[in-house]
Amino acid sequence: MKFKSTIFIGILMCAQFLSNAQTNALVERVRLKLNTVNDYTAEGVMKTDVSFIKASLGKVKVYYKKPNLIKVKKDGGISLLPKGGVSITMNSLLSTDQYIAIEAGKQLYKGKTLDVIKLVPTDDKLDWVISTLWIDPVEALVYKTFTTTKDNGSFEIAMDYGAYTSYGLPSKIVFGFNTKDYKLPNGITLEFGDEAPISKQKAMKNKKGTIEIAYSSYIINKGVSSSLF
Amino acid sequence: MWPIIQIETFKIFKRPRTYIAFGAIAALILVIQMGLKIDGESYAAFLMKDINNTLIVDGKVLNGYLICYILLQLLLVHVPLLVALIAADMISGEANLGTLRLLLTTPYSRTQWVLAKFIAASFYTILLLIWLAFLALFLSMWIFGTDDLFLMKSNYVVLIEGQDVFWRYVGAFVFASFSLLTVTALGFLMSSLANNSIGPIVATISAIVFFTILSTLNIPLFSAIKPYLFTTHMNNWKEFFDIKVTESNEAITGSILNVAKIKNSIIVLVVHIILFVSASVWIVRKKDILS
Repeated sequence: MKFKSTIFIGILMCAQFLSNAQTNALVERVRLKLNTVNDYTAEGVMKTDVSFIKASLGKVKVYYKKPNLIKVKKDGGISLLPKGGVSITMNSLLSTDQYIAIEAGKQLYKGKTLDVIKLVPTDDKLDWVISTLWIDPVEALVYKTFTTTKDNGSFEIAMDYGAYTSYGLPSKIVFGFNTKDYKLPNGITLEFGDEAPISKQKAMKNKKGTIEIAYSSYIINKGVSSSLF
Repeated sequence: MWPIIQIETFKIFKRPRTYIAFGAIAALILVIQMGLKIDGESYAAFLMKDINNTLIVDGKVLNGYLICYILLQLLLVHVPLLVALIAADMISGEANLGTLRLLLTTPYSRTQWVLAKFIAASFYTILLLIWLAFLALFLSMWIFGTDDLFLMKSNYVVLIEGQDVFWRYVGAFVFASFSLLTVTALGFLMSSLANNSIGPIVATISAIVFFTILSTLNIPLFSAIKPYLFTTHMNNWKEFFDIKVTESNEAITGSILNVAKIKNSIIVLVVHIILFVSASVWIVRKKDILS
C-alpha cells in the first residue's frame, strides 16, 4: 500500500514537473488577464499602408468574442485587412493552453526590458506554427508578437497600451505583413501608353504592408451577437 | 444666328441615323450591366486575384461607381466613332445633296452657317454624353447601389471613399465633353473638305484609330509627338480618379493626384477644337460652290 502511494505521488510530481516545463508563469499571467475579457466591441481608426494601395483613414468597429471570433468592420465602405492576420490577436493566440512556452531571453523594446517567449502549439488544429511574444514582466502586457501561420505567412503585431491596460487590451495595434506583387494587365485596365516608370514599379513590389488600428473606446463584456462574425 | 442653329439642330434630330448612337449606347450599357449583375462576382474575383493573395477585401466592391468606371473605360473609346457619324456629315452631306448652295445664298454668312452647324453638332455630342452619363452612372447607382470606389489600376489600387466619388464623375464627364467636342470638330473639318457623306466619316474614324494607336504605343520614337496628339489627352478623364497620398501613404480625401495634367489636356483639346473649327470656317469660306 505504501509502495503504491509512493508511485502515485511520484507520477503526480512528474506530471507537475512536465506541466511547469511546458507553460510559463508570465504567459499564464498574460493569459489570465486576457481571460477576463469574454467579448468586446471597440471603435477605432484604421490606416492602411501597403505600397500598391492608396487608401484613406477609415473608422472601424472591432468585434471580439471568446475564444477566437474577431471581426473588423469599416463604418460603411470597403475595408482591407491582412489575410488571416487579424484573427491572430493576443486574445485568440492565448485562448488555448495547447502550447509549449520556451523562454528566449530578454530584449529592449521602446525603452522597456521585455521577456522574449516562444510559443509552439501542441494542437495540430491551430492555425499558427510558432509565435514569439515580447512581454513586459512587470505589467504582464504583450508589446509585440511575431507569428508564423500555416497558410497565410508571417505576421508581426505591435501594440501600445492606454486606458484598457488592466484588461490587456491595446490602444493601438499595428499588423505587419509581407505583401505579394500586384499587377493587372493593361488589356484589362485599358491603361495603354501610360506605363509607370520601372523604378516606381519596383518600389511598389516586395514591400512590407501595415494596417494600424488606433482604438478610441472599448465596450467590454457587455455581450456581442454571434451573427456579427 | 439663333434661327439657323435651331434649324440645324432640328435637321440632326430629324434623321433616323442620329438615334443609332443613342440606341447603341443604351444596348451596350444594358448588356454589360446585366452581365455584371448576373455574374459580376466572378469578374470582381478575377480582378482581385492578386490582392486576395495578401488581403481580405470586405465590402461591396461591385457597386454602381465601379460599374460606371468600367463602362466609361469601354465606351469613351468608342463613342467618338458614333459622334463622327453625325459630325462628319454636317457639311459634306449638304454638298452631296446639293443643298449647300441653297444654304450659302441665304442672308447668313458662310461663317455663321459653319458655326451654327458646329454648335448643332456639339449639342448632339453633349446630349449623347448626358445620355451616357444617365445610363452608366445613375442607372448603375440605382441597380448596384453605391459604396467606396475600389479602383484596380495596372500597378496599384485606389480606394476612394463613397462621398468623395460623385464630384469626380461630374469632373470626368465635363472633361469627356471636351474630348468628344474635339472629335466633333475633327469630323467637321473632314466634312468641310469633301462633297460626299461616307468619305469624311471614314476619314474621321481612321484618324481617331491612327492617332489612338500612336498614343498608346510605348515606342520612344513617338514619344516626342504624343503630347501634341489629341488622342493622348482624350483618356485623361481617368486622372479624376487618382488621389494624392501623404508621406505615410495615407490618401488625401478630395484630392486629385495630377491636376496639372488635367488642365494641360483641356488646353490641348480646346486648342484642337479652335484649330479644327477655324480651319473648317476658312475652307468653307474659300469653297467653290458653283462647280
